[in-house]
Amino acid sequence: MATKTVEFNVGQGREMGLGGAGAPSPIAPFDIPEPELGTEQMLINIGPQHPATHGVLRLVCELDGETVTSVTPHIGYLHSSFEKLGEYRTWNQIVPLTDRMDYLAPLIYNCAYVMSVEKLMGIEVTERCKVVRVILMELDRIFGHLLWLGTTAIDVGAFTPFLYSFQQREKIYALHESLTGARITTSATRVGGMMADLPEGWLDQLLEFLDNFPKTLAEVHHLLTGNQIHIGRTQGVGAIGAAEAINYGFTGPNLRAAGVPYDVRKDRPYYDYETYDFDVPVGEHGDCYDRYLCRMEEMEQSVSIIRQAMARLPGGPINVEDPNISLPSKTDAMSDMESMIHHFKLITEGIPAPEGDCYMAIEASKGELGMYVVAEEGGTKPVRWRVRPPSFVNLSVIPKLAEGHLVSDLIMINASLDIVLGEIDR
Amino acid sequence: MTDEQKSSLDAVDAGPIDSDAGEAPQPASTGDPSEHPSVAALLERFPSDVQGHRLTAGDQWVVWINPERSHEILTWLKEDPDHAYDMMSDVTGVDYGGGRLVEVVYQMFSTAHSRALRIRCPLPLDAMEIDSVFDLWKSVDWLEREVFDLFGVTFRGHPDLRRILMPDDYAEGHPLRKDFPLRGRFSRAEQTRRALAQDVERFYLAENLEAGDPQEVEAAEVGTIADPGAGALPAPAEAGEDD
Repeated sequence: MATKTVEFNVGQGREMGLGGAGAPSPIAPFDIPEPELGTEQMLINIGPQHPATHGVLRLVCELDGETVTSVTPHIGYLHSSFEKLGEYRTWNQIVPLTDRMDYLAPLIYNCAYVMSVEKLMGIEVTERCKVVRVILMELDRIFGHLLWLGTTAIDVGAFTPFLYSFQQREKIYALHESLTGARITTSATRVGGMMADLPEGWLDQLLEFLDNFPKTLAEVHHLLTGNQIHIGRTQGVGAIGAAEAINYGFTGPNLRAAGVPYDVRKDRPYYDYETYDFDVPVGEHGDCYDRYLCRMEEMEQSVSIIRQAMARLPGGPINVEDPNISLPSKTDAMSDMESMIHHFKLITEGIPAPEGDCYMAIEASKGELGMYVVAEEGGTKPVRWRVRPPSFVNLSVIPKLAEGHLVSDLIMINASLDIVLGEIDR
Repeated sequence: MTDEQKSSLDAVDAGPIDSDAGEAPQPASTGDPSEHPSVAALLERFPSDVQGHRLTAGDQWVVWINPERSHEILTWLKEDPDHAYDMMSDVTGVDYGGGRLVEVVYQMFSTAHSRALRIRCPLPLDAMEIDSVFDLWKSVDWLEREVFDLFGVTFRGHPDLRRILMPDDYAEGHPLRKDFPLRGRFSRAEQTRRALAQDVERFYLAENLEAGDPQEVEAAEVGTIADPGAGALPAPAEAGEDD
């Protein structure tokens, strides 16, 4: 009878720094007898309705025992043809479609879309608008990462971080609501500015969140970072090398965990990100644990960026003062003839764009989010509006990452990629 | 439904852009190519295959290339150390409608030189085929499948080219083409009838769970466009009546 060496991937010489939890694993490799039995491949279907797929994702797995030999993801269950709908809408009417894609970080999508359109039209938004958008984008980076943190922790059996992170998300929901009136479908941006300026007291509310949030983060660190079970489930699981990660199209924290310091905010800066002082966390193993660490650190960096942005938030108008782009105030539209004409033209016709195309890449919470708009001369609707969804490309790597791992690792790998199906299927 | 409503619905179905409006945006050459090393090098190395170049949206460079040689040119852009576009961010299509060429658009980025470049390949409507670059960048796997699904562009050499967002048995064509009406080619009633007539179980039966293979669908099961088939549901007489 042959024997098979079983190695538990627990605590393999990694410095953990959290006292007792970091002690070497009591579980050592040992041999178990392996009976010589015939085997056959088994096909199992996970999803599309399954909590561990984080959405309506269907994975068809081919298993050898409990080892995954191949995974075939099937997507498209949430396909809403947003890009086609966009071709029938004026530039500003598309904004509500964008936050329905990544509903876990809607403000990033709102901002990315209008940034692309503004770049195409050559509109320079006001300084205040830029800083406000930076605050909103970083806030929603935390928002997106918190959901990932909670749901991923649940996938490895840790329930507490889920409650902690959703408690904090609720605070961001409240911030969304007082800013835009909606909790998820924010639609906060307009071409040339924002739907409205920050309401009174909003920054104080934000400051209160920023003061309390790092404490929660530290607690989650304490619960997970040195946790033997968490480490055992994540270290060495779903690892990918740097060159391969680039070739496979990884972006965002997934790519940085593999050791590539590519961050759109640093490599192709927009909105003066080069003047903010922040670090890009980079991992070295490219496994689920490094992805976890990268995201945890990113949240702290985002807090720092928001604080810097709040310190430099200038006054002045939030919308560009061009009557052909920004709507006049309601009072003006009702009392001033010229404003009323502009209001009428903007609502009925929209903003004319020059002929051309523009690809605007920004760093979303999931990776590089590209907004590609194509316009014809004077077109008030896009000829083509394309979203380069980061988690669409990230998810396409899952067959490679999961090969040779156990089914339980497949669940962990899927969770660690931080996907959102609304954006993958669009 | 009044005639007025009907004509407005027809206008919606006619597409967003009047097909007579405007010239096709021909690959025009604007901007000084010496500003972007890769554009200048492409013009020098492939003079007959670069159809145009252009500076757009302030600082973004676009190069139109001959789709017949696209694989060779993209290979060179990736392998040559002076350019080294190791990151293929996006592959997508653009259909201007009105019988104009459908273009395949590549967004590339070089992490070594921190430089971005956009390549566009205009494809004739009667031969929508282009070489896959899956052998160069693994990231295009799903992106090319999506362009195939939504635009009907065939990528030669792609290992697993099948629909990705639309169902495998989707019979109405390629949705992002401009000649595809927003509501689909079938009436809402016909779409509902087909959806209800489907045997959804067949996707999940053990014998049909072929990992990696497209799911074979018998045409007779759902009927074709010409013959909607005898469904269990009575088909409403008029398209759009239930909207």
